[in-house]
Amino acid sequence: MTAMSRPDDQGRFGAYGGRFAPETLIPALETLEEEFEAAMADPAFLAELSDLLRDFVGRPTPLYEATRLSEALGVRVLLKREDLAHTGAHKINNTVGQGLLARRMGKPRVIAETGAGQHGVATATACALFGLECEVFMGTVDIERQAINVDRMRMLGATVTPVTAGAGTLKDAVSAALRDWVATVETTHYIIGSVVGPHPFPTIVREFQRVIGEETITQLGDRRPDVVVACVGGGSNSMGMFHPFADRGVDLVGVEAGGDGLSSGRHGATLSAGSPGVLHGAMTYMLQDDEGQVLEAHSISAGLDYPGVGPEHAYFKDAGIARYESVTDDEAVAAMSLLSSHEGIVPALESAHAIAWVERERAALAGKTVVVCLSGRGDKDLDHVRTR
Amino acid sequence: MNLAAVLRSARSEGRTLLLPYLMAGVPTREATVDLFMAMAEAGADGFEVGIPYADPLMDGPVIEAAGRLALSSGTTFGRGMELAAEVASRTGLPCVVMTYVNPILRRGYERFCAEVAAAGLDGVIAADLPVDEAEPLAMAARKAGVSLIPLVAPTTSAERIARAAALQPPFIYAVAELGVTGERAGPNERASGLVARIREVTDLPVGMGVGISTPEQARSAATMADAVIVGTAVVRRVLEAGSSREATRAVTDLVSSLRAAID
Repeated sequence: MTAMSRPDDQGRFGAYGGRFAPETLIPALETLEEEFEAAMADPAFLAELSDLLRDFVGRPTPLYEATRLSEALGVRVLLKREDLAHTGAHKINNTVGQGLLARRMGKPRVIAETGAGQHGVATATACALFGLECEVFMGTVDIERQAINVDRMRMLGATVTPVTAGAGTLKDAVSAALRDWVATVETTHYIIGSVVGPHPFPTIVREFQRVIGEETITQLGDRRPDVVVACVGGGSNSMGMFHPFADRGVDLVGVEAGGDGLSSGRHGATLSAGSPGVLHGAMTYMLQDDEGQVLEAHSISAGLDYPGVGPEHAYFKDAGIARYESVTDDEAVAAMSLLSSHEGIVPALESAHAIAWVERERAALAGKTVVVCLSGRGDKDLDHVRTR
Repeated sequence: MNLAAVLRSARSEGRTLLLPYLMAGVPTREATVDLFMAMAEAGADGFEVGIPYADPLMDGPVIEAAGRLALSSGTTFGRGMELAAEVASRTGLPCVVMTYVNPILRRGYERFCAEVAAAGLDGVIAADLPVDEAEPLAMAARKAGVSLIPLVAPTTSAERIARAAALQPPFIYAVAELGVTGERAGPNERASGLVARIREVTDLPVGMGVGISTPEQARSAATMADAVIVGTAVVRRVLEAGSSREATRAVTDLVSSLRAAID
């Protein structure tokens, strides 16, 4: 089976996706889909986006040959340096695109959820750029463990609204943003941060993130990677990387948060250990109990601490287009320090999951060429790792 | 009498129905059914029984907290369904359950609808199941002889209202306000505009809910709708009560005053 350019009429990727949202939001989702498709067919919109990606975001980000890490692992590792994008992660690709869309739709207010704070910072940044009012919902636990990003959002003029419900993490922040949107949909655009949510969000976010994979393909030139690896929480950096690579004969590997290990039950490995259900507006894999109650995810990485995953990843898994593995908190922390000491690059804990998988599988990968999507920088995680 | 029949006879008598909502398992499993009994005696015509779900996207903080309390004190989805059955049989009034799609999906649409029918319930409202995704559950409901009750909102077009009406529910649930469940200023012109759009498309009865909590609001809703649904105001009184006796008195007072305002 092959990757789909667009989902079907129902917003489905195979069995996954769709629009399981309160009726109040459906007309706005229909309008959003029309506006998005019109924008993507509008040369002026695409030209403005492309200029901003170059001059504001700093694209293209480099594809970097990690020589000392490669020597240490016996695997040739190329890093797609999304950590060098403005604001320090790939999230800005999507927020600049959706910020432009919000402006085009005449919505003066933007809301967003954030886990690690990277999407919140990127949204606050885009809103400052376009002069839009910005409110970011963030779980109280995440506010604690990603304090630097909370200060950055406030400096950028955003309101950060703490979410105490549930476990105070990413799932609860998404739910709070969706609830706000049900009340404010006429004046507000929801810049969702990953390839999750009701149709057309998974498509919109993927299309704004596919620049990662497209640039990588150009930068590789004649080099043919054997494996492309990226971390998967909601799955936006991985989908942006994987989608252009689908059907190119490359092994695509998504690395989920193994937390304390899959057998512990404390993890965020939705595709590896979850089951199909409806979360945040889409049919997808999720962590749930026998009665269909959502379970809390657990990960040291706030950005991967999520009990759902983008529906297109669910389709990729079932269709065999990509495969999904997991690494534990301990492996991710070790990989963070391995990359830092060998390359002078401090990765985000999220991205460290992808490095950790390469390290663990180095025997099987010996002599191969592996592209790793280094989705973000790790400054935000230093306090959390030190006090762990 | 089932809900459709009750709605028909109320319409012929020019009466508006009062359908209070309470979450199963709140404040405790033991106390829930007694509170529904008290509301029945105070003048309710039927009920929505909330079945707790962990991530209730359409609910404001009060009903969300009620769901958390119910789940944490052991009212699983299955036990919630048992309580709803008990409410229906003890009160003898028409009842529907209100919940979210994932636990229904997990149970299986057919099994769930068979349970709804066996429990003597009239149907189900799934707050995150728009008409676009409703057909499989609506089909299972028809097969079991119960109904899926669709929601329409102030943002809903006439075309989408027609799709909701095509499901042939006992009533169409008109969301009176933008926003999740909670106590607010409405209903306002948005609500009357929505009801006017519904009436142009179908003569199915209209139940109005979301944001209706005071007798004045209920009276205003009753001028537009065939049934008035009050949820958060009931749930908040139960959560705030210091004892079951206090809760019983509070919901009795509320339902009596709503009844008086509507009639």
